[in-house]
Amino acid sequence: MSEKIFHGVPASGGIAIGPAYLYHSQGLTVSRRKLKPEEVELELKRFQEALAKTRSQIKGLEEKAKEKLGEEHASIFSAHQVLLEDPLFTEDVARIVSSDHINAEFVLHEALEKFKTVMASLNDEYFRERGGDIRDVGNRVLRNLMGKGDKEELKKLDKEIILVANDLIPSDMVNLPTETIKAFCTDVGGKTSHVAIVSRSMGLPAVVGMQKATMDIHDGDLLIVDGNKGLVLVNPRPHIIEQYRHLKEEYVAFQKSLEAFKNLPAVTPDGRRVTLAANIETPLELDDMARHGAEGIGLYRTEFLYMNREENPSEEEQFQAYKELAVKTGDHPAIIRTLDLGGDKFLSHLNDSEEKNPFLGLRAIRLCLKRPDIFKIQLRAILRAAAYGPIKIMFPMISSLSEVLESKVLLQECAEELKHEGQVFRSGIEVGVMIEIPSAAIIADILIQEVDFFSIGTNDLIQYSMAADRGNESVAYLYDPLNPAILRLIHMTVEAAHKAGKWVGMCGEVAGDPQFIPLLLGIGLDELSASVSVISEIKKIIRMMPYEKAKEIALAATRVKTSDEVFEIIRDNVPAELKAILF
Amino acid sequence: MKITEKLLVINKLGLHLRAAAELVKVANKFKSQTTIHHGIQNVNAKSLMGLMTLAAAKGTELEFECDGPDAKEAITALKQLFEHRFGEKE
Repeated sequence: MSEKIFHGVPASGGIAIGPAYLYHSQGLTVSRRKLKPEEVELELKRFQEALAKTRSQIKGLEEKAKEKLGEEHASIFSAHQVLLEDPLFTEDVARIVSSDHINAEFVLHEALEKFKTVMASLNDEYFRERGGDIRDVGNRVLRNLMGKGDKEELKKLDKEIILVANDLIPSDMVNLPTETIKAFCTDVGGKTSHVAIVSRSMGLPAVVGMQKATMDIHDGDLLIVDGNKGLVLVNPRPHIIEQYRHLKEEYVAFQKSLEAFKNLPAVTPDGRRVTLAANIETPLELDDMARHGAEGIGLYRTEFLYMNREENPSEEEQFQAYKELAVKTGDHPAIIRTLDLGGDKFLSHLNDSEEKNPFLGLRAIRLCLKRPDIFKIQLRAILRAAAYGPIKIMFPMISSLSEVLESKVLLQECAEELKHEGQVFRSGIEVGVMIEIPSAAIIADILIQEVDFFSIGTNDLIQYSMAADRGNESVAYLYDPLNPAILRLIHMTVEAAHKAGKWVGMCGEVAGDPQFIPLLLGIGLDELSASVSVISEIKKIIRMMPYEKAKEIALAATRVKTSDEVFEIIRDNVPAELKAILF
Repeated sequence: MKITEKLLVINKLGLHLRAAAELVKVANKFKSQTTIHHGIQNVNAKSLMGLMTLAAAKGTELEFECDGPDAKEAITALKQLFEHRFGEKE
């Protein structure tokens, strides 16, 4: 038994240790047979019967999937039913059988192989993965034609195993005895393959895309599946197993421990309280928010209201959406960011001229100030909804004082109009701006005179400061949150706000990265807003990190010259129990 | 009658399996033969497997050619389907 390590795609998080169980999708050997003219009719009938049988099998699978995995996962089988009605099955095979006098199995097999090659050559991962769906349906017809029963049913296993397969197609996943499976590894597949999606929803670790790895794994080999890193260890040495057992316990305990933090405040051991809020992209996430223990919303994106439509959303439609937000967040504050479109986001009806450089073009507040007719509809809706809860308003992409002043004038106009109309609305709504352009950070002391709060948007702040698109692989290395230039801009922003007696938050991705939290705390941010899924983890870190120590880290970080040094300062100065989690 | 029209994939997920299945269902409602031209590819709009080989992501423009007695109705229905993002939210 030799030790081996395989790398694959981490498709679903977690760690599992257990014996391998190899699942072979039964190979089918298809031979070519010349038919006598009088046999053709019978062959066609045989093929029709196989199709009919397949139809009813897929229907059965759909029912089973609905029961076992839920409606959403079952819908794949309604697509399989459409696949089965493909002209390939309903016309082409029969035509070739009739004209060439060749057995149906062979004709079908040839056609499927051809599709397999085409699908495998596609550039797009999603579509490449769909080759599995076509194989699933095609092989089912073949098996029925050849009189072979349904695939090897996984026996009711009495012990826990790690399922290893070349590929797991939807009909496999439905038939799995989920109680005894601890993890999945497959040769093929990516993050969007069926096995990845289903294993995430079942909460089981999975590593996919291991190339030919399963050829080197045998039934009963002891496996460690690390779904966090995308590693599979085969027959590891005892001390490695011991290490992983430990890691697994830690991981499970950590996940579990997070639940305990849900209802606790985000406060450091020495009493520094910060607000931990959620970034919300669609209203669907509102219900998750409380479940994860967020204290309000630090960034409510409004773009979803405008995307993929021909006309702008009406004041009433927006009012209803914002009112729902106010009602659902209750006493917690919710910060609505006004329309942030342009740049990367496609908006068919507002974008009337092609821009050479959209990220430096007419986007967000610039677009809104150019189109006050559209902007005021949103401002009116926000003011009206704010009567139902502590809603605040935030302007994105501010680069100069005049943009803040102009926006505030429009907001004031809207308030006066509403008052004149006798509408219910909140007067004196809190107004903030996003600090995401270097110029805004540099004049933060000027801007803060006009607003109630700042929220630092790190994604754009880093991109615009470093002049680097992180989506561009050649320059992505420049996208570095710990670069001293970025840290200085953050410091300047925080200092300016605090000097004026106002609060400052952060709503970029950096605020949701556990490793950065000690530094951000130390810099003095009053609010951190991150995606719902990481909130419990961030809260745990805050509750373990003494503020005094965090301040020392932040101060030391201002005295070094490179981001590597900043990283080392964080790593070497957090309490040992936190270091174990973060590094 | 033969009608040609270019349609743009605007839904977020592109012409993925379920969306393509909707397309097949609509194309099957009409007698006309519908062929999709994309680059050097020509596929039958009534074939889900053919549609999969297009790998049409959001933003892809596909040229539809409907040929038959109800070509006009077919193209109108297909156009509507694309504009409604195959019934998807985004």
